[in-house]
Amino acid sequence: MESINTEVDLEHEPPPAIELRDVSKTFGNVQANKNISMKIEKGSIHGIVGENGAGKSTLMNILYGLHTADTGDILVNGQKTNIRSSADSIALGIGMVHQHFMLIPNFSVLENVMVGNEGGFLLGGGEEEAIRTLKHLGTEYGMDVDPHALIEDLPVGIRQRVEIIKAIKSGAEILILDEPTGVLTPQEAEGLFTILRVLRDRGVSVLLITHKLAEIMAITDAVSVIRDGEIVGHRKTSDTTTEELAELMVGREVSLEVERGASEAGETRLSVSNLGHSSLSGIKKLSGITFDLHAGEILGVAGVAGNGQTELLEILSGMRVPDEGKFSVLGTEVTPNKHSNPKLMRKLGIGHIPEDRHLHGLVLDFEAQENFVFGFHDADQFYSGSLLNQRFITDHSSDLMGKFDVRPTNPKTKAKNFSGGNQQKIVIAREINEVPKLLIIGQPTRGVDIGAIEFIHKQIVHLRDQGCAILLVSVELEEILGLSDRIMVMNAGEQMGILDRDEADERTLGLMMAGITGSNAA
Amino acid sequence: MKSAPPLPTWADILILPIINLCAALFVCGLIILALGENPLTALVVMLRGAFVFPGSLGYTLYYTTNFIFTGLAVAIAFHAMMFNIGGEGQASIGGLGAGLVALWLGATTPPAIVLPVAVLAAALFGAAWAFIPGYLQAKRGSHIVITTIMFNFIASSVMVWLLAGPLIQPGQQSPQTATFEPSAHLPKFTDVMEMMSISVANSPLNFSFVIALMALLIFWILVWKTRFGYELRAVGHNPEAAKYAGIKVPTIIILAMALSGAFAGLMATNEILGVQHKVVLNFTSGYGFTGIAVALMGRNHPVGIFLASLLFGALYQGGAELDFEFQSITREMVLVIQGMIILFSGALAYMFNPPLARFIHALFGGRKTQHV
Repeated sequence: MESINTEVDLEHEPPPAIELRDVSKTFGNVQANKNISMKIEKGSIHGIVGENGAGKSTLMNILYGLHTADTGDILVNGQKTNIRSSADSIALGIGMVHQHFMLIPNFSVLENVMVGNEGGFLLGGGEEEAIRTLKHLGTEYGMDVDPHALIEDLPVGIRQRVEIIKAIKSGAEILILDEPTGVLTPQEAEGLFTILRVLRDRGVSVLLITHKLAEIMAITDAVSVIRDGEIVGHRKTSDTTTEELAELMVGREVSLEVERGASEAGETRLSVSNLGHSSLSGIKKLSGITFDLHAGEILGVAGVAGNGQTELLEILSGMRVPDEGKFSVLGTEVTPNKHSNPKLMRKLGIGHIPEDRHLHGLVLDFEAQENFVFGFHDADQFYSGSLLNQRFITDHSSDLMGKFDVRPTNPKTKAKNFSGGNQQKIVIAREINEVPKLLIIGQPTRGVDIGAIEFIHKQIVHLRDQGCAILLVSVELEEILGLSDRIMVMNAGEQMGILDRDEADERTLGLMMAGITGSNAA
Repeated sequence: MKSAPPLPTWADILILPIINLCAALFVCGLIILALGENPLTALVVMLRGAFVFPGSLGYTLYYTTNFIFTGLAVAIAFHAMMFNIGGEGQASIGGLGAGLVALWLGATTPPAIVLPVAVLAAALFGAAWAFIPGYLQAKRGSHIVITTIMFNFIASSVMVWLLAGPLIQPGQQSPQTATFEPSAHLPKFTDVMEMMSISVANSPLNFSFVIALMALLIFWILVWKTRFGYELRAVGHNPEAAKYAGIKVPTIIILAMALSGAFAGLMATNEILGVQHKVVLNFTSGYGFTGIAVALMGRNHPVGIFLASLLFGALYQGGAELDFEFQSITREMVLVIQGMIILFSGALAYMFNPPLARFIHALFGGRKTQHV
């Protein structure tokens, strides 16, 4: 598979749905794609894996006409093309489902599907046409959706289905999906895969971009690995393994398993009882959360994004005030009447690695060294008199950058110029360096490359072994299963149960994440 | 997606403003050409009027002083992402503070006491006037742009009422206070020089220029060297993250606005304590608004603000010369030039950014930008 056949035997073999020949793209100093050549067979599911920043998205954007390649050719069904805009690629039968949905929330399914095909000044004709398409796709591909339901009322899995319908309604034969399972429960993801298989069997070529190797193994027929903008390997999925793909992605051997011993749980550091929170408009975001967290233990919180985890993290770190219940942390009690704040929590010895490093964890326009003291900038050690002690802060930052392998190693580089993984390492280094008694972690490896994930996981386990109590919120089930000693599952702001690690598996957790308790909740 | 390489910092601070300035002058040159005059002659007249004629430099620096204060006022608020449009109002209330102290202590107290107190009062009154919009923004979410504009109107009305009523000089018709005693006059540059037996042409330049220079230094230390400055910038860049870091965002916003008002209020030291020696109506005459352009052009940095203030001071002074020299050009031409500068360095700030970035990139082959 490594060699690319440029000559296509027209008589015997149909031309590939898409063929790329030496496609390159440069942004400023960065070569995002370097001589990319690949073929996607008709009626196959082709995976593209690579770390963040490897150039996957650039490549897809070139295919979809959002970027234009500097050099190289794109062939669709054996024909040379000149894709200059997304309209061009739609005309060629290429549809794309973006990572972040492009739907209008307060429109109905029907209205969303009609966008772009309104059918003239009056909407009547377009509506009929769209209803016909929806019915057809429903029976043909098993993609049933209520045309009159509002998008904002639909679960994420169904919204994604609407996106797919939008992409293929006008007969797209090539479907690109960018990280489609990031927001789905395992069951919803399985539903998506079923649809993709049906599409494949009807002759649609699917291009699946993901960083989850398990998905590649589960659904694709072939896979291309991209690293630093270059294709480092094409494989038939049946001929490869997760380990081989991971090694290709990172360029060295990586261990995906986290090595960890048994936990030695100590005294209770955090005790949460009946915690609840409502949004300003009165919608319950969190209710009835009750658990204890001990020293030397990692409690994982599993759940699909947006099921109250953010609220829980923000309340525990002092950024939000609870509306109901209370929690007591390291001997200090917080109730709706007895507020706390992030400064106080930090003084108590609580570290907080926030879910969103761009929104909360870093000031992107600040230099790395300014970010290394962020939140701890009250500490006397960073001052000489009442002025900031720049030299000390720089040394302190260089030191941490060395210890946590943050690159580039210049503490004066602005935070926004680091890669996602290195940005996350800055946040983690800052919080861990203060040796917290309790560490609250949200999505520690979101948008972080595999090499850095390995490092971050080791740090978290190491901290636990030192006796830190750790609350780990993550939407990645693998991460939860790999690191946690106990697992709490959240759905719609409520806890569905707490399992010991030994009792938990992906299926059980998946059902609980979807809100199905049944016999599984311990 | 545009894909220009990042612009190096030195080019952003140095080259870009110069290009923007040249573009503005070029367009103005076209206008002057259309009026039937030679743009180059006009430029020479302006430069001579601003720097060369006897006393002209003093006048230029006197205007510069005003711009430094109002520019700093806008800049400090901007570091917290607050857009303070209320420089006019804060400056006039600052003038009221300085005037009250001067009238109250001027007759009985030596300059060594009355002057510092009056300067302080100018800052405090300005700060108090900006504190209210700041508080409303931080605690009540009232938009700072709206409230500060409104507070300009309120300040203006308050001043009219006070100067036409309670504070009016007895037996006078014009809305102004009595003239201060000499002990409440800030020393003039010419007088100081005369004491040292150096004769210079008369100009309104006075000690407040030194205060302005000190304000620039204080601004720099405050914003980049102190905890307050660190928190201020954190709030400005990312208020959500600031909250995460335990910074009290509302407090920082209020303090930033109060400081902003204090800088604006200090403008009164130049006009009221330095030149007029009485509180008059509308002595702020638009400096508060022009401060926005100064801060914009000066990139909210003291060095930039000083240079931009000097530029605007020179435009003011040199523009008056245009009026004398040419029949067809009036003083309003200066406003046109100012408007162009604001247009090019504000509204169109990024127009020359990508081409310049590409040019520099091509010139240095990416060496300079590699590690940025």
